[in-house]
Amino acid sequence: MINLYLAVAPEEGAAEHNPIVPIWEEIVVGTVAFAVLCFVLMKFVFPLMEKTFQARVDAIEGGIKRAETAQAEANQLLEQYKAQLSEARTEAARIRDEARADAEGIRQDVLAKAREESDRIIAAGNEQLAAQREAIVRELRSEVGTLAVDLASKIVGEALADEARTRGTVERFIADLDTAGQR
Amino acid sequence: MVIGQSTVLAAAFPPDVEDFYLPSILPWGAHDAYWFTKITVLVWVAAAAIIIFFLASYRKPQLVPTKRQWLAESIYGFVRNNIAVDMIGPQGVRFAPYLTTLFMFILVNNFFGILPLVQISPMSHIAFPAVLAVISYVMFIWVGIKKHGIAYFVHAVKPNAPIGILPLLIPIEIFSNFLVRPFSLAVRLFANMFAGHMLLLVFTLGGFAMINANAWLAPISVLSWALTIAITFLEFMVICLQAYVFTVLTASYVQGSLADEH
Repeated sequence: MINLYLAVAPEEGAAEHNPIVPIWEEIVVGTVAFAVLCFVLMKFVFPLMEKTFQARVDAIEGGIKRAETAQAEANQLLEQYKAQLSEARTEAARIRDEARADAEGIRQDVLAKAREESDRIIAAGNEQLAAQREAIVRELRSEVGTLAVDLASKIVGEALADEARTRGTVERFIADLDTAGQR
Repeated sequence: MVIGQSTVLAAAFPPDVEDFYLPSILPWGAHDAYWFTKITVLVWVAAAAIIIFFLASYRKPQLVPTKRQWLAESIYGFVRNNIAVDMIGPQGVRFAPYLTTLFMFILVNNFFGILPLVQISPMSHIAFPAVLAVISYVMFIWVGIKKHGIAYFVHAVKPNAPIGILPLLIPIEIFSNFLVRPFSLAVRLFANMFAGHMLLLVFTLGGFAMINANAWLAPISVLSWALTIAITFLEFMVICLQAYVFTVLTASYVQGSLADEH
């Protein structure tokens, strides 16, 4: 078998090749094939890829920028709302204070009016009392005369014996009445 | 049956350079026609596949990407941010389209090296790495001249060193910057792909060779094939790494040309 291989080997080496010497046909083929490849890829594919990369970068950066703008806007709105809220709060406090002051004023008013009214009523009562007292005194005074006459008639009618003593009694009685009436 | 297969598959053990030069497709079976071979077809397929993938996934770009659009953008974004901008700085963005194209072209072509049923990388023919290396070479010199004018050449070869040592350094700089760079770029990629393919051949064909030589060696053949699978994974790493290295070095050379200080 080995003999067979050895016998075949020299037959093939009809045209000896040197592996470091290039074959010019292959140089041409390689050059043309590679040139075509370069032309197509470098003209139609890779520039497009660069463009896509750029577009992608733009898209991402644009997205970030948009997000930042939105964030800033939101922050601004938040600040605005906060300011409005605190404003409303102070307003409410102010209104509450005013209402409290108003209520106090009203209370004072009512109180003063009530006091005045009570004073008025008391004064009127006093006046009426004085008038009634006057009337009563007057009535009593006129009644005293009648009473005196009644008493006198009784004394006169029942005991005329002790005239002198009786006389003193009547006089004293009258004097008492006088002092009572003057008072 | 095993023997029948192996006489076909293991026709040339040990594998040699000629295994990289398959008979051409058109005209069928010719050995010295190179216009239409598996290798050139693969190069066209790679270019077409990359074009179709990117055009299809970026036909209607949207701000919120679809899955395919996201994948295409990730590839570009990876080269743009992790290679172009990292190496060159903010102005590296304008080199990102070329670097991405370069990266994808190398990656897909390399990947043919382990793609089942294809399993040979066009990059294992030095012509293709050489073309790419020459483009990188012309590009970094062109960028340097555009930036610094003709003074670029002085700038590029005169390091910041005491004057006494310059006669020694300048020839080294000239040698490393303008002579070695394109070769190292091309050869690094080519040699990796070449060696990877050779390794896979050795382990695959070696398995057949052993089992054919002596049936008792069958377990070792199986081991050899298992290693082939392991090496395929290793190759996958090399494929990605070499595509990355080529792109990073190109970016680094461009950066050197744009730099104000040496």
